[in-house]
Amino acid sequence: MDLTQLTVTELRDGVAGRKFSAQEAARAFLDRIAARDGTIHAFNEVLADEAMLAARAVDEGKVTGPLAGVPIGIKDNICTTIGHTTCSSRMLKNFRAPYDATVIKRLKAAGAVMLGKLNMDEFAMGSSTENSSTGVTRNPWALDYVPGGSSGGSAAAVAAGFCPASLGSDTGGSIRQPAALCGLVGIKPTYGMVSRYGLVAFASSLDQIGPLARNVRDAATILDAIAGPDGLDSTSAPLDFYSASQGAGRDLLGKLDEPIKGLKLGIARQYLSDANGPAMRQAMEKAIAQFTSMGATIVEVDLPHTEYGIPVYYLVATAEASSNLARYDGVHYGHRTATPEDLIDLYAASRAEGFGDEVKRRIMLGTYALSSGYYDAYYLRALKVRRLIRQDFDRAFEKCDALIGPTTTGPAFKIGEKSSDPLQMYLNDVYTVNCNLAGIPGLSICCGFDESTVDRHPLPLGMQIFGPNFSEAKLLRIARMFEAANNHHHRRPSI
Amino acid sequence: MTTQRLTDQEVRHVAKLGRLKMSDEQVHYFAEQLSHVLGHFQKINELNIDDVEPMAHATDLTNVFRPDEPSTPLTVEQALANAPQTLPPFFKVPKVLGEGSGA
Repeated sequence: MDLTQLTVTELRDGVAGRKFSAQEAARAFLDRIAARDGTIHAFNEVLADEAMLAARAVDEGKVTGPLAGVPIGIKDNICTTIGHTTCSSRMLKNFRAPYDATVIKRLKAAGAVMLGKLNMDEFAMGSSTENSSTGVTRNPWALDYVPGGSSGGSAAAVAAGFCPASLGSDTGGSIRQPAALCGLVGIKPTYGMVSRYGLVAFASSLDQIGPLARNVRDAATILDAIAGPDGLDSTSAPLDFYSASQGAGRDLLGKLDEPIKGLKLGIARQYLSDANGPAMRQAMEKAIAQFTSMGATIVEVDLPHTEYGIPVYYLVATAEASSNLARYDGVHYGHRTATPEDLIDLYAASRAEGFGDEVKRRIMLGTYALSSGYYDAYYLRALKVRRLIRQDFDRAFEKCDALIGPTTTGPAFKIGEKSSDPLQMYLNDVYTVNCNLAGIPGLSICCGFDESTVDRHPLPLGMQIFGPNFSEAKLLRIARMFEAANNHHHRRPSI
Repeated sequence: MTTQRLTDQEVRHVAKLGRLKMSDEQVHYFAEQLSHVLGHFQKINELNIDDVEPMAHATDLTNVFRPDEPSTPLTVEQALANAPQTLPPFFKVPKVLGEGSGA
């Protein structure tokens, strides 16, 4: 039996039922990584010894929990006391975190076995994983294509069968878009649902950690293990925010397989734009027809401020990033320039040497937006438009249970295709940024394949399902209904 | 607002604020790219936002406090472990004040 083909649930149950040991499972995945990740480069760092130790602890009964023996990959911007936490940046190439992120503590307590740290766009800034200082990650479905970003390694690792699930982070779409491009389920939780303690900060009002997995139940199981209030993150939501009256609440798994009767799904015409390629358009039409045949009502909604999401996001996120990245100064940790002339030169040269171009671009954009003379025109104005974007969603959710739409305008693009035009790269995020700006949860699920690409590689397409704050349980049920009717999740790349 | 083109001068200023050392070629390279990006952002000026409250974050939480009880901090060794240059228990830096300090 090839253990690397098993799901999170099957691995957990297999270990618990002693069909195989946690060490056998870890070994199987580590062997697969050793054999094939040279081509893909999903991992920045494989932690084989640590993984086998953790697996042995499970087998000896020292660690139990809902994820006991389940191997998992961790995006390299989440602090782990094992290995390094580099954010795929030269700035943090040798950084060893002195503490575990809260999500890591929770995964450990649940018995999960961490296999290593996954490649990403540097400091989570990018949509293709081409901005990594360790090299690009390839899409397992078609090796000349990007896996998406910034959680490209997280997506590629799961798609290639290197781990059944991974953690990523999402600030403007960085879980959902790579999940879409790699045929996976990816969830950006409601802002505040998952602790950001130990997540290297990019944009503090937008960042969330979330799972990527091959099917809905697996993603829900990982999310369930990491979500919940945390005293170490003052932006994490207290339990009474998870209002059960919305038919949602904290229980993500209890009713997962129960189809929702009388479901009202909203579609915004702004998400059915001409920018969508023919394959994406077809996949959405098919999805709408399927939901209708399942008894759902499709409701047209209007999200008039959708098109302002990109400028707002790239002003707000970069402003926050310019502040969050000020800590990389060559003094406390990270890269330090060899022969600084003075203190200011120490800062300026260390940062110039440690950061890649995209990081510099965003620091400068953010600094500019916040600078004297421009603060009102850019940053403040963007915050006001942000509220309008939020209000669009509030109004839409009065008419429907959840919204559906494409995660991206089309499938993965080729490595190098968009990397010379920053603005073109930013426009990839058009359907994902508004969830982060508003704080609402969103998930992406595979909704079909584009079979029309020139090299005849079928490339996955993702559909987004998004809803009001803390509606994850409902979104997961909707996703599960869709998944059961389609079975895209059984399809694998031929890597 | 007129067509926004970021001048090399403005990029130099912003690079200085952001403590990013760069050559003249790099300044110009980034000025072109950032101008292009900012050009796209002008569209937020189309909207009437007179009576709209800014939204700085997505949560209704304010003033989250915890009891004023000490917990266990990092040890000095842990705090210095990743530092490029130290003189324990200190981080070592070039002169901050005085002649040649740059400050």
